[in-house]
Amino acid sequence: MERNVRKKRVNMFLLLALALVMVAAGCSNGGNAGTTANTGGENAAGEETVASGDTIKVGILHSLSGTMSISEVSVKDAELLAIEEINANGGVLGKQLEPIIEDGASDWPTFAEKARKLIEQDQVATVFGGWTSASRKAMLPVFEELGGLLWYPVQYEGLETSPNIFYTGATTNQQIIPSVSWLLEQGHENFYLLGSDYVFPRTANMIIKAQLEAEGGVTVGEEYTPLGHTEYSTIINKIKAAQPDVIYNTLNGDSNVAFFKQLRDAGITADDIPVLSVSVAEEEIRGIGADVLAGHYAAWNYYQTTDTPENAAFVEAYKAKYGADRVTADPIEAGYIAVYLWAAAVEKAGTTDVEPVKAAADGITFAAPEGEVMIDGETQHIYKKVRIGQVEADGMFKEVYSTPEPVKPDPHLTGYDWAQGLEGQ
Amino acid sequence: MESTIQLLFNGISTSSILLLIALGLAITFGLMNVINMAHGEFIMIGAYSVYVTQHAFSLLPGAWFDAYFLVALPVAFIVAALIGLLLEWLLIRFLYGRPLDSLLATWGVGMILQQLARTIFGAPNVAVTSPAWLNGGLQFGMVVLPYKRLFILGMVAVVLLLMYLYIYRSAAGRRMRAVMQNREMAGCLGISTRRVDAATFAIGSGIAGVAGCAVALLGPIGPSTGTYYIVDAFMVVVLGGLGKLIGTVAGAFGIGVTNTLFESWTSASIGKVVVFAAIVAFLQWRPKGLVAMRTRSLD
Repeated sequence: MERNVRKKRVNMFLLLALALVMVAAGCSNGGNAGTTANTGGENAAGEETVASGDTIKVGILHSLSGTMSISEVSVKDAELLAIEEINANGGVLGKQLEPIIEDGASDWPTFAEKARKLIEQDQVATVFGGWTSASRKAMLPVFEELGGLLWYPVQYEGLETSPNIFYTGATTNQQIIPSVSWLLEQGHENFYLLGSDYVFPRTANMIIKAQLEAEGGVTVGEEYTPLGHTEYSTIINKIKAAQPDVIYNTLNGDSNVAFFKQLRDAGITADDIPVLSVSVAEEEIRGIGADVLAGHYAAWNYYQTTDTPENAAFVEAYKAKYGADRVTADPIEAGYIAVYLWAAAVEKAGTTDVEPVKAAADGITFAAPEGEVMIDGETQHIYKKVRIGQVEADGMFKEVYSTPEPVKPDPHLTGYDWAQGLEGQ
Repeated sequence: MESTIQLLFNGISTSSILLLIALGLAITFGLMNVINMAHGEFIMIGAYSVYVTQHAFSLLPGAWFDAYFLVALPVAFIVAALIGLLLEWLLIRFLYGRPLDSLLATWGVGMILQQLARTIFGAPNVAVTSPAWLNGGLQFGMVVLPYKRLFILGMVAVVLLLMYLYIYRSAAGRRMRAVMQNREMAGCLGISTRRVDAATFAIGSGIAGVAGCAVALLGPIGPSTGTYYIVDAFMVVVLGGLGKLIGTVAGAFGIGVTNTLFESWTSASIGKVVVFAAIVAFLQWRPKGLVAMRTRSLD
């Protein structure tokens, strides 16, 4: 009897555990906006429609689960919005676009594998995707080997060009270098460089140090912390001792929350030592707290507050589709315009074949939310305006500086004498 | 001189947070021999409790708002303790005496809890506004002692004192120690070991919830908040030695202060490597940790 009761209890517990696991699994699928289910259905439908030839399949490959989903889901949303708008306006070459969504799962080998699947199995015309440099580096050989086409929407460390990738985010001369020049012009000469310990901050700081040396600034300190680091009191101590005029911040992710909170607690405000960040956008401000960030700077090409008629329409459409509490940010916008730029190149080429599209892409312009952008055929990056924004109490940016004209992309920094020799590193 | 004082204060402050996180683990791991990989998620639950309490208070008249954090502390303790109790009843009680199984099972529970948090609160971090009286700090020349860190130090001292009173000065604590040292004998003497187990696990979880309040003041609040601290906390418990409160205190201060010192001399990454290497070397020399418990039942 005793044993039976016990057994029953164990069974009940097992059932409950199973139910919990299923709930959790269901949730994570829910977070993927039902893409797993969708993909299957659309795949099957897609086979037929391709035969009749009235849709064009395009791949969307972002991390919809795992640690990067925080950032990448919003970009996926923006790309789907662009596809929906294009379809509503009659599609491309008279055909409707059909998105095939894959989850890179914050895992670089998965990105490579899914890229291969999209090209070989789904035969998509192009892929929009990626966020981290690691995911891009993992996908690059696949696109080059299979002759596919990737549109990559995030600012990155530069020093790369692939014939099979178009870059719609900023390269270093469209974000980091002008922001350093701007800080120097404001009279900030002593720089403290703080970053997460991986490729982007280290490459960025290598470039910044060379630039400071050439343009008359001083690097008074340089620190890297592991991703996810949350204890900044010692580093803030070191910063105080070094007495910089400005902190150049290339920290990524959650560390920013801890760093800014603890900086304020140490009694350092934006008036004492301003911080300029390159990875803190509208979405991150919500999680850090606008009160802690107010007065500090960020360098991007686009803000939700960027004053163009195209942006007003874009922000309204994004909020209407995904909720009034959602915000737009630079990578979200870069994902959105990638779809339009590709569509324009296809229209011009009259086909979705990769080589003609690439040839047609050179010089294509688009009235983007950030202002007019143009594809530079040589580097396959785009001309972008650089903007410095200052965080305001409501968590939005006030633009304090912008380049008068879109800046020509220069991923290999050939236009800077001081940057020669950085290439090989 | 000034920077030495600041350095020392930072070290003690880091240690106090480590200690608060490790205290809950010291109970579940050190006393009950359950490797609770979901401990970090209880910290997260505490942190989200602060967030929810703050929201509730923002509905009240403005003058009340600054008091929200004082209410959030017991709320975090109670919420985490209740969820701990539930977890003990559903899962842990089947796993006593099987540390490896408890490791795997609680790891799974940790992932479920993270996913639940992601579903309820969303994947991005949420922000808490610290009450006004915790902003700023005491200033002596170049040395700044942030009020938040002083408050956390006080909080840790109070929690430590309460735990000491509970474990070593109360009848319930005596029963707890008896069960942990010799379960069968304690049972024979009429102690309800089931109830003691449940209460102990709930208290350990509750303290993790309180640690979550401290973490919320300093760092991010997101689904994976607790996971950053869990490795360090296990290090503290193992270094300190199992089964002794004083060992946990010694372990926390040893790791916290050396970590801060090495970090200021080298860099954050190298500092951490050096500290972990030192711990491994130390455990080679004294496998039972800083303060070993003298009992036959642990062998």
